[in-house]
Order: sequence, then C-alpha cells, then structure tokens
Amino acid sequence: MNLVLGCLAILAVLVAAGWGFRFVGRMSGRALFKDMELATAFGWMLLVFLAMGGVWLFFFVPAAVFFRWAVQGFIVFAIMAFLFRLLGRNVGPNGTRRLFRQMPLTASFGILIIIIYAVLAIFAGVIAPHGQEEVFARVNVLPGGDVAMGGDPAFPLGTDQIGRDLLSRLIYGAQNTVGIAFATTVIAFLLGGTLGFLAATIGGWLDQLLSRMVDVLMAIPSLIFALLLMTIASAWAGSQQQLLTLYMILIIAVIDSTRVYRLARAVGGNIVVMDYIEAAKLRGEGMVYLIFKEILPNATSPLLAEFGLRFCFVFLTIASLSFLGVGIQPPLADWGTMVRDLSQFINFAAFSPLTAALPLMAAGAIALLTVAVNFVVDWMLHRSSGLKE
Amino acid sequence: MTQLLKIRGLKIEGRSDETWTQIVNGIDLELDRGEVLGLIGESGAGKSTVGLAAMGFTRDGCRISAGTVEFDGIELVNAPAATKRALLGKRIAYVAQSAAASFNPAHRIIDQHTEGPTQHGVMDKGESEADGIELYRKLRLPNPDEIGFRYPHQVSGGQLQRAMTAMAMSCRPDLIIFDEPTTALDVTTQIEVLASIRDIVKQFDTAAIYITHDLAVVAQMADRIKVLLKGDEVEEADTRTMLSAPTQAYTKSLWAVRSFQRPLKPDIPNDTVPVVSVRGVTAGYGSVMVLHDVSFDMHAGRTVAVVGESGSGKSTVARCITGLLPPKKGAIEFNGKAMPLDYRRRTKDQLRQVQMIYQMADTALNPRKTIGEIIGRPVEFYLGFKGAKKRARVEELLHLIELEPKIYVDRLPSELSGGQKQRIGIARALAAEPQFIICDEVTSALDQLVAEGILKLLARLQDELGLTYMFITHDLATVRAIADEVVVMKDGRVVEQGGKDRMFAPPHHPYTDLLLSSVPEMDPDWLTNLLAERGVDNIGDAAVDKM
Repeated sequence: MNLVLGCLAILAVLVAAGWGFRFVGRMSGRALFKDMELATAFGWMLLVFLAMGGVWLFFFVPAAVFFRWAVQGFIVFAIMAFLFRLLGRNVGPNGTRRLFRQMPLTASFGILIIIIYAVLAIFAGVIAPHGQEEVFARVNVLPGGDVAMGGDPAFPLGTDQIGRDLLSRLIYGAQNTVGIAFATTVIAFLLGGTLGFLAATIGGWLDQLLSRMVDVLMAIPSLIFALLLMTIASAWAGSQQQLLTLYMILIIAVIDSTRVYRLARAVGGNIVVMDYIEAAKLRGEGMVYLIFKEILPNATSPLLAEFGLRFCFVFLTIASLSFLGVGIQPPLADWGTMVRDLSQFINFAAFSPLTAALPLMAAGAIALLTVAVNFVVDWMLHRSSGLKE
Repeated sequence: MTQLLKIRGLKIEGRSDETWTQIVNGIDLELDRGEVLGLIGESGAGKSTVGLAAMGFTRDGCRISAGTVEFDGIELVNAPAATKRALLGKRIAYVAQSAAASFNPAHRIIDQHTEGPTQHGVMDKGESEADGIELYRKLRLPNPDEIGFRYPHQVSGGQLQRAMTAMAMSCRPDLIIFDEPTTALDVTTQIEVLASIRDIVKQFDTAAIYITHDLAVVAQMADRIKVLLKGDEVEEADTRTMLSAPTQAYTKSLWAVRSFQRPLKPDIPNDTVPVVSVRGVTAGYGSVMVLHDVSFDMHAGRTVAVVGESGSGKSTVARCITGLLPPKKGAIEFNGKAMPLDYRRRTKDQLRQVQMIYQMADTALNPRKTIGEIIGRPVEFYLGFKGAKKRARVEELLHLIELEPKIYVDRLPSELSGGQKQRIGIARALAAEPQFIICDEVTSALDQLVAEGILKLLARLQDELGLTYMFITHDLATVRAIADEVVVMKDGRVVEQGGKDRMFAPPHHPYTDLLLSSVPEMDPDWLTNLLAERGVDNIGDAAVDKM
C-alpha cells in the first residue's frame, strides 16, 4: 500500500515539476516550449528523475557493483569510440578521413569493437597466455589473481572445473564462435539470396516450388529443428568433431537461408517490376546479368540490414546449441558453452562480484558484438539509402 | 475591408546536407475574400511551399525563416499549435495533387469526409454525412447518394479528386489551397474536375490559391495570376492582362512554349514498306482482351502519335510491339518481315532495332549505376565496343543529347534533374543504334519548358538520324508539336488515323472531337464557352460512361 502511495506521490511531483518546467520555459520565450505537451514535459522530468536515481545508485549504494561496472564500461567505451573517431579523422588516406568525419559515435564504436574482435580472433594464438585446450593442475582458481583470495597471477580470470585458463578460452572463443557464425551467415546469404532473386525474376512454377519448400522449413520451430538435425548429424559424424562442426554450419545456414530467401524474394519482386529491368530484359540480357548487375545493387540496403541481424541470430543460435551441448564441441572454446559451464557462479554475486561476472563476460562478449554489428549496419544503411531516422 | 490572407516578405529555408538553403526568397501575397489566385511556375519554383506556408505549415526539413503570414488578422507563423489546429481544416483547407495517395484506403470516403466537421464540432456525424452527399451532388459526382459509402479504390481518379474537394468544403472554409489537383488526370476528366471546382468555389464565395504548372488551366480558374521562378516572384497581374500582355521575359517564354511545331512532311509514296506495322493485333491479360484488331503502319523518318485516354490500350500496343506481351492474334512486322511475337525469341539484332523511352525516367534508370554505365551497356552489348572505344561512343552520345560528358558521365541518376534523366533515357535508346523508338509519354512528367526541350531534341535527332518514332501520349499539344501522323485509340480500338493536318481539321470522329475540344486553351473564357456548348449537365454524364 505504501509502495503504491509512494509511486503516486512521485508521479504527482513529476507532473507538477513538468508543468513548472514548461511554465518557466515559456516565460523564457523559446520556441521549443511553445507547443510542448504536458506529457513531453513530464517525460523530461522522468528522465531527470531516473538520471538522479542512477547517480545516487552509482555513488551511494555500495552493493550496486554491477551497475557501477556497466556505467563505467559505457563511459569507457564512449571515450574509446570518440578517440577512435578522432584518430580516423586525422590519420590515413583522404577517403577514410571523409568517412570518419560523417560518422556518428555509435558507428565508430561498432567498428572499433569489430576490429578488436577480429584482431582477437585472428591472433588468438599469440594474444592468449595459454592454449585453449591446455589443462593445468590447479582447478577452480578464482579470478582476480589475488593469492590471498584463492587466485593466481598466472590466471587473471582463474581456471574452470578441469583446470583450463578462462581468459585464454574467452579469447579463443572469439575465433571459434565468430568465425563459425560468419561462415554460416555468408553461406545462408549466398543460398537464400540467389534462390530468392531467381524466384522473383523467373516467377511461375519455380517461385511456387521454392516458396512452398521454404514455407515448410519455416513452419518448424528453428531451434528445435536445428537440435533434431544436429542429433542426426552427430550420429553421422561419429567421433569426428570437425565434421560435426561442418554439419552444424550447413544446418544453421540452410535454416537461416529461408529467412534470407523471403527477404530477397520480396525485395527482388519490387525491383523486377521497375522499368530499368524491363529495359534490360528487352535488351536481351541474360539471367546472371539481371540478378547480379541490375537487381543486386538495388537490394544491398535491405540485405545488408538483414545480414547484420542474421549474423547476430546465427551467433545466438550457435551459442544456444553449444549451451545445450550439441553445438561447438569441447575442447574447442566457445562462449555459449562457457555461459553454460560457468552459469552456477552467478550464485556468488553477493560474495565475489568478479567470480559471478565470469558467465556474464562470455554472455557480454556475445551481446557486445551483436550491438556493435547492428550499429555499423544501421550506419551503412543510413549512408547507402539516405534512410531517415 | 481587411484582406483574408496577407503574406509579407516570406522566406523559407530547406535543409539539405546539414545546411539550410533558401528556397523561397521573400514573397508577398494578398488575397481577398472570394478571390482565386493562380500560382504558376516550374517544379522547384517553390509554389507548393508557398501554398503550404499560407496555412502556416512547412514540410519536414523546411522552416519559415522570415516574414509573416496573416490569415484574417491572425498571425500564423509563430502561432501556437492550438491556434493552428482550430483554423486548419475548418477555415483553411487543402486539396492535394494525388487524391489516390491522400485518401486512407482503409476507410470509406464519407467517413473521412465527416472527420473534419465532427473534430471541429461544426456538425455531428449524421449532419455531416447528409451535407457530404449534398456536396457530392453539387460537384456532379455520379450516384451522390452512395458514392461516399465506397472505398477510395472503388472510384476513379477524377471522382476521387472531386470527393477530396468536397472534403475540403465540408467545414465551408474561407480559403482552400488547391495543389495541382488535375495534373494527374486525363484531359476529358480534367474538364469535369475543373468545372466542378470552379462552380463550387463561386457558389460558396470561397477564396482559393490554385497551384499548377499548366497555364491554360490556371487561365480558366484564377482571377489573378502570380508567376514564380526559383523562389522569386516574376510578376503578378489579373488573368486577362497576364495572358494578353506579360511583361517579363520568363513569362513570355512560358507562354511561347506551346507554339513549337514541326513543318509538315511530304506524303509517303504508296509502295514504301513501313518500318513497323501492326497487323490485326488482339491482345490482353489473361482472358480480358485490351486490344481488339488494332492495325497501323509506321514509316521511316516519321513520328506516329498514338493518342487516347488512360485505359485506351495505347501502352499495351507498345508492349505488343516490344514483345513483352505477345498478342493472341495478329502480327508485328518489321521492314515487311514478321517478327517473333515474344521478345525472348527475337534475335539480338531484332531487339536492337526496337528501343523504348519510358515515361518515368526515375524508374527507367537503374539508380545504382552511373550515367556512363547506363549508356555504355547497350554500346558494349550490341556493338561489342570496349575500353576507350566504348568511352568515346558514350561521350559522343552525351554530346548528341546536349549534356557535357565530363560533368555527367560519372554521376548517378539521382544527381540529375528530371529533364536530364529523360535525356539519358533517350541516349540509352540511341546507343543501340535502332531504327525505331517507342516514346511512352516521355514528356508528361516534365515541366513545359523542359518538355519542349525534350521534344525539340527528339525532332532534331529524327532529322539527323532518320529515326522512326511511335509517340504515345494523352497530351494533344504534344501531338500538334511533334507528330506527322496520328492514331486515336479508345477502348482498345483504333477510332481514327491519318496525317496530322487531317486530324486537326474537321470533320472528326466524335471521340476525337471530344479529345480535341477538351484540351484547355489560353483563353480565360474557354471553359465557360465549352461548357455552354456542351451543355453543363452532360459533363457529369460524360464521367459515367466516358462517351
């Protein structure tokens, strides 16, 4: 009851503050306040209230460790992105300088993160202090490297249940998870994109056949379908782990290509009715020229947006499959598996925040890349199509 | 008496690439009650922007940077939104260019009609419906009692435009802004809309701003005319003075556009083989036949204009000739030899000989390719030119269409104006070195001055290269300017055909007569006279059965 009353009181205060804010604003005579709705003013006040709450949480609540980390991380990343953009604006050839000059902060953040991930993935063997499969004698070393607390400076993030260095596995995870997801998405786009454009251009029975096949595939819940196929595939692959990974790439690629097909067909359908396609047909151009030279350049914007999104979905599917134990197989390091293996550490949040953060680091690695890729794709879309908002 | 609308020193800026550029440079405008002002100019002259600003409104990305807009003593530029809300729709109404795009397709017309009066509390829903039906009757819409209960897609474009005028009238506003209300309509439909708009504006003594690029239309509608050019006022005068004695050079050039005409060519000897002949073509989509036994010939170096309203099948003939729509019956002959009906069966050389220029240059040019690529492709594809030879040919073609190669060859279509885009379309057709070019309404999307430039270019190219044109159009002024022979089509049949001199001289087929008499003339009394001649009551009927 008190809680409800408290909320109502806060609400009333905010509304009153909003009204006062608008009133003062109107006295100052700025155009912004002239047509401001009360709801808008209330929104501003709510924002201020929440910001104040955040500041209070940050400075005066010792238990809010994770919140503090999140805020610090946000600020650090923002500064890094800003510096990166500043660097890009002043170093390098004229073309990239111009690119960086028009770039929003979100995009430079995304590019920075993608570069970091790429470097980590490519040079994992050099950067990681240990091998991903190396097993050490000390198991369950706590993170932090503080000997008194049960840590070990040789393993900054500690070791897992069978004594593998977690920092190294986190770095190798970039190689495996991102690499496999990227390969899968590219295959899905090649397959779905080509078939979708073909269906849009030729139409008729081919369109019907392909579309109905895609409908059937899409009717089955994708994760369960992938699980089912992976079970079959693991029987085929037997003990050959690499073969199983290959099967996984193909299975996820095919399942995801149905979504790409849908998009490519819809976008292609809008483009083939244009007069310039008719002109090209009347010129006597072949199918390959039509698809790759006339249609594809006009479909890049939506396909690019889909690529960013699809990449993230594939990434998450692989992580989920690994989490369920049928994806990337040990001893290969992978973030999905790490989240599963380390998940019980989250119970230690009250005693040792750093330990509890271990599964969050793997999950955060996934989340960060997802956000980064989408920032970059949004920006590319904005640039290529003049997309507003 | 105070003036209804008074605009002083209006300046409007538009935002592009993060900078503000001025698009209207200080316009003054005054309007009395019950007066109709015509605003004319080319696209980009700022006439729509000024029209919207009269409501105190600007499009997204525009702002009023200076000046005042005073409506009946109320300052609108800095008025709070609540003040504007009370005025707009009730005392100031707006009729947009495309009624089809302005109606919500998910609601019935009458429901959209009653929205304004009920929102403003002028009438309740029942009263407003009854009033709407009364307005439909006044605007001479067919079946006024029930037409409002249809959805927008169930009525024709001209009727929708009148329904929108009724909607603007629903609160009996003091001022209506008409933004090119008849531009998208056929000549015969246009007359009906013009007549009903003019009547109802007079009847309710409403003031109006009539925005258009068509001088002949504005001559019928407006009491006064103001000419705009690139955001500046050129001149203003009452309609009769403006038409008889324009003072500015620009206005004179606008007036002179319609005078372009080509000399008559000698008769064709009887035994010459036509370049393209359409023989007894019957064609359609699915089981519905659009063309019925259409036959006509096109001779070398001549321009054949195919004329008719939308739906008369003139574009379908073009699709049959190009082979996109193989006819059910009949033949297409090229230089006396039958061509395969389906374009997929035609040889590369046969495809090369028949080229097409499209109405909408926007959709006819691939937006992702540079001008050089667009024109270069047919050069490479048909003639096998590569590298420097291809580039030289592309530059030659650009010279031919009067565009400077150095500037334009690497541009994208979006960086060109409408007229320039249409020129690129012509260059692409020429690149194939064809004998025969189909021009499908190539000038109807362009301003008059620009359109005239395109027509002159086409005429010059014909004289230089001996091309044969099939010119599809609904605009008889264009026909008069460029055609040698005319084919009049209606409901998929050829109604009349022959040399231009014969076609423009009586006696005509009744349909040709209707088409010819519907072309607006620069005489301000033309509409009044025409209506008197036809008998006003027949106008509405003509809409129902279109003769």
